Amino acid sequence: MTELSKTGAAVGEPTSNSSAPSSFLEVRDLKVHFPTDDGLVKSVDGLSFQLEKGKTLGIVGESGSGKSVTSLGIMGLHTAGQYGKRKAQLSGEIWLDGTELLSADPDHVRKLRGRQMAMIFQDPLSALHPYYTIGQQIVEAYRIHHDVDKKTAKRRAVEMLDRVGIPQPDKRVDSYPHEFSGGMRQRAMIAMSLVNNPELLIADEPTTALDVTVQAQILDLIRDLQKEFGSAVIVITHDLGVVAELADDILVMYGGRCVERGPAEKVFYEPRHPYTWGLLGSMPRLDREQQERLIPVKGSPPSLINIPSGCAFNPRCPYADLPKDNVTRTVRPELAEVGSRHWAACHLGKEQRERIWTEEIAPKL
Amino acid sequence: MLAYLIRRLFAAAVMLVVIVLVVFSIFFLFPKWAGVDVALSFVGKQADPAAVEGVRQKLGLGEPIYTQAWEFFKGIFAGRTYSGGGDVTNCPAPCFGYSFRTEQSVWPVLTDRLPVTLGLALGAAVLWLIFGLAAGVLSALKRGTLWDRTAMVVALAGVSLPIYFTGMLSLAIFVFGLKWFNGDYVPLEDSFSGWFGGMILPWITLAFLYAAMYARITRATMLEVLGEDYIRTARAKGLREQTVIGKHAMRSTMTPILTMLGMDLGALIGGAILTETTFSLPGLGQAVLNAIKTQDLPIILGVVLITSLAVLIANLVVDVMYAVIDPRVRLS
Amino acid sequence: MTTQRTSGRRKQAMAAAAVVAALLTTAACGGGDSDGDKGSKTGAAGFDAANNKVAQASAAKKGGELKFGAAQDADSWDTTRGYYGMMWNFARYYSRQLVTNKTEPGKAGAELTPDLATGLAKITDDGKTYTYTLRDGITWEDGKPITSKDVKYGIERIWAQDVLSGGPTYIKEVLDPKGEYKGPYKDTSKDKLGLKAIETPDDKTIVFKLPKANSDFEEMLGLISGSPVRQDMDTKSKYQLKPFSSGPYKFQSYNPGKDLTLVRNENWKQASDPVRKAYPDKITIKFFSNANDLDQRLISGDLDLDLNQTGMSPQGRTIALKQHKANLDNPVSGYIRYATFPQSVKPFDNIHCRNAVIYGADHVSLQTARGGPVAGGDIGTNMLPPSVPGSEGQKYDPFELNGANKSGNVAKAKEELKACGKPDGFKTTIAVRNNKPVEVATAQSLQASLKKIGVNVEIDQYDGSQSSSVIGSPSNVKKKGYGIIIMGWGPDFPSVQGFGLPLWNSKYILESANNNFALINDKTIDGLFDQYVNTLDDSGKAKIATEINHKVMEGGYYLPFVFEKFLNWRSSRLANVYTTDGYSGMYDFVNLGLKSAK
Repeated sequence: MTELSKTGAAVGEPTSNSSAPSSFLEVRDLKVHFPTDDGLVKSVDGLSFQLEKGKTLGIVGESGSGKSVTSLGIMGLHTAGQYGKRKAQLSGEIWLDGTELLSADPDHVRKLRGRQMAMIFQDPLSALHPYYTIGQQIVEAYRIHHDVDKKTAKRRAVEMLDRVGIPQPDKRVDSYPHEFSGGMRQRAMIAMSLVNNPELLIADEPTTALDVTVQAQILDLIRDLQKEFGSAVIVITHDLGVVAELADDILVMYGGRCVERGPAEKVFYEPRHPYTWGLLGSMPRLDREQQERLIPVKGSPPSLINIPSGCAFNPRCPYADLPKDNVTRTVRPELAEVGSRHWAACHLGKEQRERIWTEEIAPKL
Repeated sequence: MLAYLIRRLFAAAVMLVVIVLVVFSIFFLFPKWAGVDVALSFVGKQADPAAVEGVRQKLGLGEPIYTQAWEFFKGIFAGRTYSGGGDVTNCPAPCFGYSFRTEQSVWPVLTDRLPVTLGLALGAAVLWLIFGLAAGVLSALKRGTLWDRTAMVVALAGVSLPIYFTGMLSLAIFVFGLKWFNGDYVPLEDSFSGWFGGMILPWITLAFLYAAMYARITRATMLEVLGEDYIRTARAKGLREQTVIGKHAMRSTMTPILTMLGMDLGALIGGAILTETTFSLPGLGQAVLNAIKTQDLPIILGVVLITSLAVLIANLVVDVMYAVIDPRVRLS
Repeated sequence: MTTQRTSGRRKQAMAAAAVVAALLTTAACGGGDSDGDKGSKTGAAGFDAANNKVAQASAAKKGGELKFGAAQDADSWDTTRGYYGMMWNFARYYSRQLVTNKTEPGKAGAELTPDLATGLAKITDDGKTYTYTLRDGITWEDGKPITSKDVKYGIERIWAQDVLSGGPTYIKEVLDPKGEYKGPYKDTSKDKLGLKAIETPDDKTIVFKLPKANSDFEEMLGLISGSPVRQDMDTKSKYQLKPFSSGPYKFQSYNPGKDLTLVRNENWKQASDPVRKAYPDKITIKFFSNANDLDQRLISGDLDLDLNQTGMSPQGRTIALKQHKANLDNPVSGYIRYATFPQSVKPFDNIHCRNAVIYGADHVSLQTARGGPVAGGDIGTNMLPPSVPGSEGQKYDPFELNGANKSGNVAKAKEELKACGKPDGFKTTIAVRNNKPVEVATAQSLQASLKKIGVNVEIDQYDGSQSSSVIGSPSNVKKKGYGIIIMGWGPDFPSVQGFGLPLWNSKYILESANNNFALINDKTIDGLFDQYVNTLDDSGKAKIATEINHKVMEGGYYLPFVFEKFLNWRSSRLANVYTTDGYSGMYDFVNLGLKSAK
């Protein structure tokens, strides 16, 4: 384990013992299920990964793949604010800096939220309270965790707004969210998330609501801030392009499970799962002229109530019939090492996959 | 903001004038179409045509409607003098008409009765806000539980049961049965405890109806707000759940509630007729009911105007409150 | 007006009230302390104990607060302007007249007795001159003596109908039939006493000179509109807010529709007043908008009696009859409830068609719709109220309405239809006030029973507050085709003139505010009225009254429903309480006392 962190690895092999891990963040066999009238929705169904400080993990997948549910699970936001009869069911372990969060006192987890772990949400317009000024919201975030007076907190808010690149922060601090442009709002959101110097920052689709040029600025900002604060960052996105610039490691989710994970360059240049190939195919690329149409992954995401047996991806997989004995439809593939610190869950043979990638997929990208 | 206010005030004033004209038309033209002679209802069993004519003149019923309306407006600012048959009646400004039925200027009747209705409406509003909001929030937070279902059934009952029923039931039980209250209205300036004791049942009865409505709206709005992203953000900051609900969620939930409150209070000030009738409270509602029974048009007109004014003011207050609560409104 | 909604609300209210009443009844029955018919430990005098007789006569003590409740305020407390019976009854607290009704129960209460005057009128000149001498010691509330000029001025006010509208105008019509005097406010004479028909040779003497005799003139002077008013205290139309008292009580405060308080007039002297006992120290009226609330307060003892004296509401009545029967009286009100047939609307121009409706109606069902024998009254068989001299009560029943066929005589009705030339029946419309649920119920009952004889009626509920212009206009009645009008009428003073003159005399067919709905234009009846006003002896008057009643019934103009009865509440605190024919079966307010001064 120490070796892994020495080599800077963010993603390690899943471990099965429940002792405190040495990684900063370790998720073990996380399951998040929601009971509904139609049945149990298995949004996350056995997910494990590790993340070290100073590193960035990109979690990629279509909507409904369980990536956001995972991040909310880490933040403890499935249990907080759960009212009524139907509550989310969480199992597994989430270790953050030596503390297991799922079994911890909810109030303890609450105190960690915003301070040790913070989150940036997808749409800053809806994620910021429309009736409070940016300053009020940042000040509130700061004062929950710091026993300071309002003035000090406001100074801190201005400082943070300045840090995220908002011009005239001492004036803009009194503005309301609707008075900001989209990019400014996301900067403000980031300022609010970082106001307590969190050690873990989860950015859930941080750029989806923004236009392309602003996207790049925000991503640069997150990268710079990470360097400055030395936090561990999880970037959740459906867009491989976003993580390409940020992530050290990438985890591809499908149907609530991890289908491939490994260092970013491996996942990008030697992907070993047909779903990852599909994602890469659907990725717009700036360095290539857009003569060809984007190739989306055909079909629709699986129902999380009736996840297909065998490989969850089999109904959409063009190669599902290649393995023998219909195994793709009966046996669920486990993650298997396909390279150094690189895992994929697929019934296709190793050579078969290398051949398909190099001969059929890569040339088209 | 100031320009906005002035614009709104001006619009409200224009509205009032229009309302006066419409009410005038209804009250003075309608009897003509229906072939009803208002003056006749003022004379005795053996009506002497000369007497009817005299009454008609004194009431100004013979004048064309625009003259009547003009006299009315003028009276508000300059006062009015009615004379006929050697009798002179002064109605000092602000003269909102004169009731020849009870021989009183309308304005003092209104100002005498307004505090009763105001006390009823405001007191009930406090009750229904407290209980309606509490029940609504709790129901939202305990959605689907037995508490939620019970509360919503009670709320449904509250919305559907007429005040006649709940009012008389409460009178029967608490005044005539248990004798907890004597049920008499005592003016506030005479005795606070007497006033309070007399108002409790009307408050509760009226509040029951409205609390039920407010509970349902609060529950629905709260559920909607709890699904908002900024509530998740508030939790992600590490806020206590009480703060999340009590501050972030409540503030948004209050917006539609305040709109309703403004409208409801405005309408109630025009007279909670049923409640005032049931509990024999000498408020505007009772005055208008008596006036309808005795065809006392000036009083009806006065109450209609007060109601319109109250609704307009309530509207204005709601709009200003809106701007205070929701900064997004301030721009537009 | 929104008839439908009102009646819907009313139904809701009735239903709600019924449930509440039932709850209360069951709750209180558990206690088992209901009073019997014969009085009880609670002090109630017993059922009908005060009906035409005095209950607890000797128990009255001086002092205390007599508490009235009412659902309706007076039309006006101005002695000239009031027309409601309860106002006349109550006004005796603060006003005196030359003569007034005796403070005695039943029939005797309708007889006149001297009040301000030393005796009844000295009638001379063949009934055309009435002379009174005023008593000594009669004073206004400021202590000044009441003079004959005050009486004259008070009566003159009746002429100022354009300012003081609303009250009875009999005196004006008798003294000045041509309307020559313009009233005191337009009077150019210095003392404003320009009415020639009244002379005041000195402060103690007043002489009335009638252009034509009227044997009921003294009855008219006994009305409250015959009260004195002092000129310097006459606030004209505002007088009703604070009448200047000549009686034992004076206005302390009055808020229209809210409350009224009378306190003792310290300047009134018992010695000067042979009529009034003035037992309580204070008299209050509280006005309620909820009749059920009012009844509950009567039953609970918060209030002593209902000022309106029109009977309890159905719910209150149910509870009271079950548990507090000893607090109830069931007097005849003097009112007759009836249907009448405008002859301008075909086929009611034909007496046989009118008779057909009278025979065909189900009189028991109509009585039930009015509230049954107790709360509604006895089946009405003719048009003269039992309290009016000359009445024969149910003994005179020309159509046998209370006979063997009281549920409707279909055979006889069919016979009359044939005679009318409408053997298969006809269609017509009933006009009924929408604000009187009981009247609407009688209309529906009539509709149902007439169907059996082939007469199909539609019910038109009109705005009841506008009746004087809706059914009071013969041209409108004809236009709308109102063949049947449902109404009620009570005597202003107990005589055939005080009851029937506006209803049956052809001179009273008016363009508006008409009350001769049937448009009776019968020379015989007119002649009998003329004969009546010239007849001075009581038995002669009664004979003519009987005759007029017979003529009216024979004309088939009216279908009487009931001789109305009320069920009125009398609290156990009340003493010296009795009903009087002088005020249509109401309790005589002026001499009510309390058993305890507390």
